[in-house]
Amino acid sequence: MPRVLLIEDDAAVRDGVSLALRRRGHEVAAAASGEEGLEVLPGFRPDIVLLDLMLPGKDGFEVCRLIRAERQLPIIMLTARGEDLDVVLGLEAGADDYIVKPARGEVLEARMRAVLRRTALPADGTPAVAEPGPAPVETYGELAIDRAGLVVGKGGQDLSLAPSEMKLLLFLSATPGQVFSRQQLLEHVWEHSYHGDSRLVDACVMRLRTKIEDTPRSPRYVQTVRGFGYRFGPL
Amino acid sequence: MPALPRLRTGNPQLLRGLRARLVVGFLVVAAVSALTTALLTYQEARNAILQRSQDIAVNDLRAQVNSLAPELPVPPSQADLDSLRVQLERSGKSRDWDISVHYSGVRDSGDGGLRGDVVIPDDLKASVEKRHVPAFQRVDRSGDPWLLIGMPVRQSDGRASALTVYAQLPLSAEESNVEALVSAAQRGALPVLVLTVVLALLAARGVLRPVRGLRQAAGRIAEGKLDTRLEVKGADEIADLSRTFNDMAARLEESMAELRRLESNSRRFAADVSHELRTPLAAMTAVTDVLDEDADSLDPDTASAVRLISQETGKLARMVEDLMEVSRFDAGAAALHLDEVDVGETIRKTLQARAWQKRVTAELPADVRAGLDPRRLDVVVANLVGNALHHGGEPVRVRLHAPEPGADRLLIEISDSGPGIDPEVLPHVFDRFYKADSARARSEGSGLGLAIAQENVRLHGGSMRAANSPEGGAVFTVDLPLRLREAGEPVTEGDGDPPDDDGGAVDEQTADDDRGGLRSAAGKELHA
Repeated sequence: MPRVLLIEDDAAVRDGVSLALRRRGHEVAAAASGEEGLEVLPGFRPDIVLLDLMLPGKDGFEVCRLIRAERQLPIIMLTARGEDLDVVLGLEAGADDYIVKPARGEVLEARMRAVLRRTALPADGTPAVAEPGPAPVETYGELAIDRAGLVVGKGGQDLSLAPSEMKLLLFLSATPGQVFSRQQLLEHVWEHSYHGDSRLVDACVMRLRTKIEDTPRSPRYVQTVRGFGYRFGPL
Repeated sequence: MPALPRLRTGNPQLLRGLRARLVVGFLVVAAVSALTTALLTYQEARNAILQRSQDIAVNDLRAQVNSLAPELPVPPSQADLDSLRVQLERSGKSRDWDISVHYSGVRDSGDGGLRGDVVIPDDLKASVEKRHVPAFQRVDRSGDPWLLIGMPVRQSDGRASALTVYAQLPLSAEESNVEALVSAAQRGALPVLVLTVVLALLAARGVLRPVRGLRQAAGRIAEGKLDTRLEVKGADEIADLSRTFNDMAARLEESMAELRRLESNSRRFAADVSHELRTPLAAMTAVTDVLDEDADSLDPDTASAVRLISQETGKLARMVEDLMEVSRFDAGAAALHLDEVDVGETIRKTLQARAWQKRVTAELPADVRAGLDPRRLDVVVANLVGNALHHGGEPVRVRLHAPEPGADRLLIEISDSGPGIDPEVLPHVFDRFYKADSARARSEGSGLGLAIAQENVRLHGGSMRAANSPEGGAVFTVDLPLRLREAGEPVTEGDGDPPDDDGGAVDEQTADDDRGGLRSAAGKELHA
């Protein structure tokens, strides 16, 4: 069962969510502040982080960035403010998904599972993995994608991609040139079977671009097809 | 607002009318005064000129007659009369007068009397010869004015004699003097009238400029620019009006600001309350499943209490969500994230996600594409179908009308087979917290579902109607604009088809701008 680190300042929410997750068999560590969460992190080694946005001291955005800087750990924002700005800022800070409070235990569970499934990359059955390609490493321009090893390099240097970004890149590059709508990407990459939030896609594409593109403002690899969606290439 | 265009188109005409009226008024006044002055002056001057020359002539003649007549023998012979006439004619100084001398019916032989054979009018003759009173008369001789004087001669003892002298002299010099007066008046009137028009235009401008300023300011106020103020100049009525206008604008601005403050306060209050409720609800909601699971193993009373708590927590959470959504709509913070979607497919997913496929008949033609916010369409359809299932009767039907080619509207119809909606309730179904049945004070929903659905439709620039179908049952119709990609925009789906020529420099930007543009357009429609 996945190990969950819950960073939440409100004691009642912390206890309630911990209780609900423990009942579902998760091992939960709860931290009351961002600093505490960052301390617990190396020792506890969670599989996923549930992160409240409004925290005393270091807020959720900053904690998210700090975690992202060190490890490719899936992060779900837990926010009481469902406003666009907070959600977008949270996603841009590197979160893989967000949950607006209040949420039922089963919703928490389902969203966590979706993120974990998505980030458990080797199990991901993208077509390119199934086919034993001529070269284990595909290269597109300066970009080298190793589907088996889940390593993406650019100009000989390995890039550190967050799980969502990796999944998105793998999915798009599996069929270069094909356009996917935001909705399709949500369904395939985020596994949101309901009508999810296309901001997730936009935010993730933007983060991915800052990492893989030479100039993020004029992307080569992940291109926008105006009014429709995104595609990989053609280069 | 509708009054504004009328005001605008009406005003220039009014302005033109005002100016014209002012100019015409000025002109009439100037013309009347010029005419009156000229007329009176002309009359007075003419009379004075004529009177003077008459007086001179009469006195002159009398003096001559008085000095020559006594020398005339009584009774005079024809030759005496002739010589008197010649003497008189010569004595006429510079005067070019004709003389005719009569003695009790006998005329001087002369060369036939007065030139031009003027017949001496009987009145004049009678007055002079019978009553012995000197008389004169202005006569018209072939178009020229002449003065005719009849002068009875008295004897030295004062008795009237039978001798009468007639004289005739031209008044052409006087006439030309009078004519000069008339032409002077004419020449003077034209410049005066021209000057009047100029002055009238100047005056009109002076009056109309502030009026125009007032009109523009009123227009700006009507457009909602409440900080419009007029410059107050001078102390006339216009200045008073401007001052009053400024006061009015200031009051209006104050009360609008106050209204806005109150409104935003109450909005913020609703949002704050909802937000504050979220944290405790987050804790409670997370553990309700735990309560539900354990309820079975509890004492029956405790179990039902636990289930009640769990159920009500769910409702509360839903209501808070709906309240937050409503306050977002009220604050204008709800954003539209448009995506081009297959509408039928989107509706089908909504039904699937809620496991309604079996309870709902769906007529969803394939390949109806539209630019929509799929998440918001999901909310709308889920609300309407859920509403039909809870309050109407099964079977519930969802029908997507495939738009005609070239049509710009998209219709989605959701009908149930229940008893329909009470006609009295019909106008209020989209009101917030409106309970159709007052006995059913609490229901599954928050009472905000339909209001939220309607706001979502409005955000798209569409509309929503509720009606009863003739076969019974309620019909909700969602009318959405069919916003498709413009024909000119590239539909790049294959290889080698760059989306933008200059790379993606504007790519991400345009993707966002697109949505921003549509969003603001929808917002405008919403507020219109």
